[in-house]
Amino acid sequence: MELTATTTVRRSPPEVYGYWRDLENLPTFMAHLEQVRGTGDRTSHWVAGAPFGKDVEWDAEIVEEVPGERIAWRSTGNADVPNAGTVRFLPAPDGVSTEVHVALTYDIPGGTIGKAVAKYFGEEPHQQLDDDLRRFKQVLETGEVVRSDGAPWGKRARKEFPQRPAQPLSDDELAKGADA
Amino acid sequence: MRANTWAGRNKVEVREVPDPKILNKRDAIVRITSTAICGSDLHLVDGYVPTMQDGDIMGHEFMGEVIEVGSGVPADRLRVGDRVVVPFPIACGACAACAAEMYSCCENTNPNAGIAEKMFGHPVAGIFGYSHLTGGFAGGQAQYARVPFADVGPLKIESDLTDEQVLFLSDILPTGYMGAEMCDIQPSDVVAVWGAGPVGQFAMDSARVLGAAKVIAIDKEPYRLRMAEQAGHIPVNFDEVDVRSRLLELTGGRGPDKCIDAVGMEATHGSAHIAAYDRIKQAVRSETERPHALRQAIMSCRSGGVVSVIGVYGGFLDKFPAGAWMNRSLTLRTGQCHVQRYMKPLLQRIERGELDPTRIITHTLPLDEAERGFDIFKNKQDNCEKVVLKP
Repeated sequence: MELTATTTVRRSPPEVYGYWRDLENLPTFMAHLEQVRGTGDRTSHWVAGAPFGKDVEWDAEIVEEVPGERIAWRSTGNADVPNAGTVRFLPAPDGVSTEVHVALTYDIPGGTIGKAVAKYFGEEPHQQLDDDLRRFKQVLETGEVVRSDGAPWGKRARKEFPQRPAQPLSDDELAKGADA
Repeated sequence: MRANTWAGRNKVEVREVPDPKILNKRDAIVRITSTAICGSDLHLVDGYVPTMQDGDIMGHEFMGEVIEVGSGVPADRLRVGDRVVVPFPIACGACAACAAEMYSCCENTNPNAGIAEKMFGHPVAGIFGYSHLTGGFAGGQAQYARVPFADVGPLKIESDLTDEQVLFLSDILPTGYMGAEMCDIQPSDVVAVWGAGPVGQFAMDSARVLGAAKVIAIDKEPYRLRMAEQAGHIPVNFDEVDVRSRLLELTGGRGPDKCIDAVGMEATHGSAHIAAYDRIKQAVRSETERPHALRQAIMSCRSGGVVSVIGVYGGFLDKFPAGAWMNRSLTLRTGQCHVQRYMKPLLQRIERGELDPTRIITHTLPLDEAERGFDIFKNKQDNCEKVVLKP
């Protein structure tokens, strides 16, 4: 499966590139990622949780890197869901902003995990990626993921619809945090 | 706390809900001293705006006292104890739309942008108490509210003006003003305003302040037209006279130079047949709008004039008079109000006595009587123009 998405962020290409290149930042705005941990200069370990009900893990390596312009990566070893991606950072015509172009490829396997992944991506894959990029833009432009009362766990795409009512959270809900 | 909530189509209910807390570091919590029922709340209550949920707190016009600020709000911008009016669009202050002072098109404040994008092509800003399509933010018809990006939106009131004088800076006064400003008014202009509700009244007052020669108020409620007449505007009752004929008469056959649609999606029409046609289409959801006022404004406007639309539209309309628009060189301008852009200059106009927002208030009720307030406002009982609620 191939997915592409794009957004424009009102920050310079070096800033936008720098935030993405620190791969440990990715779960801040990528809804399905639980954790990305750097294991070397160009290698990392990725854990995706929701909405599978069970974690999916893989190692990845950066295969191409042009500072301020481009990062490409792919999963390595025996990944549950082999995947690869490229993100390009282009100066926008306004001279202030950066166009971010993302292309992802997933190799959806058979078996239980394959079914779960297929179902997950079968629902709204582009929506997922678009929403990830919206949060990326929010974090870079405003310093935070925007949270409303109806969608208090901004990071959790699976919580976006249906939502809780637009009224303040109870203490119980607040204590449960993102799992509420 | 107590809050007025959406409880299904044509039903609001004051309920006990949790107090708001800081969720993001640029939030503030405001203890609300005055809030109002807006005409566009009726579109939510009537069920024409999708994505409302049982329990959603209503209200996007409110003001009060800051009782808590998040760690990301600079102290020179807002402190506990400040008295503030809160604008209805939530704006981040950092995106390209905000940089262009188009705050109601903020690119970051709608967490449900994916839903809004399907409906509108591109998402719009989050709005307090205005459906999940515009973010799912709890509204201000409540004792307290969480205000995101509190360092960007709220206007501090440092003089001793009353709540009633400044409350409408949150929405309807800037909205009416923007409607007139988009008309690029010249001293010789005759400006016609469809709708003599609160926004229409403020559009008329603003047109006068901006120098219009003559301002015409079009409505069917005699009490609203009287209110406009008392403020110096010329009333036209569309239930009693043919609007086009009357407008031609008032403008020497030219038509109004500038036309403002301050009505929007739930317009009524003087002709029973056309009204019935659109009502039926809207009822079976084959069109979301009843655009009588917009059509009439386009058909009536002089060639080369401006039609400015501040009435709320939610979806798609048909029978748009594109021929009149194109062939007669009309300019169509519109937008949800970029409130943050207008608050300070309009506060100064209030201080100087050029605008008197209090003139439209007909009812003041305790928050607990919100349900009754909606009823009399919606059904235009008791000559109701504007309801202010006191939590």
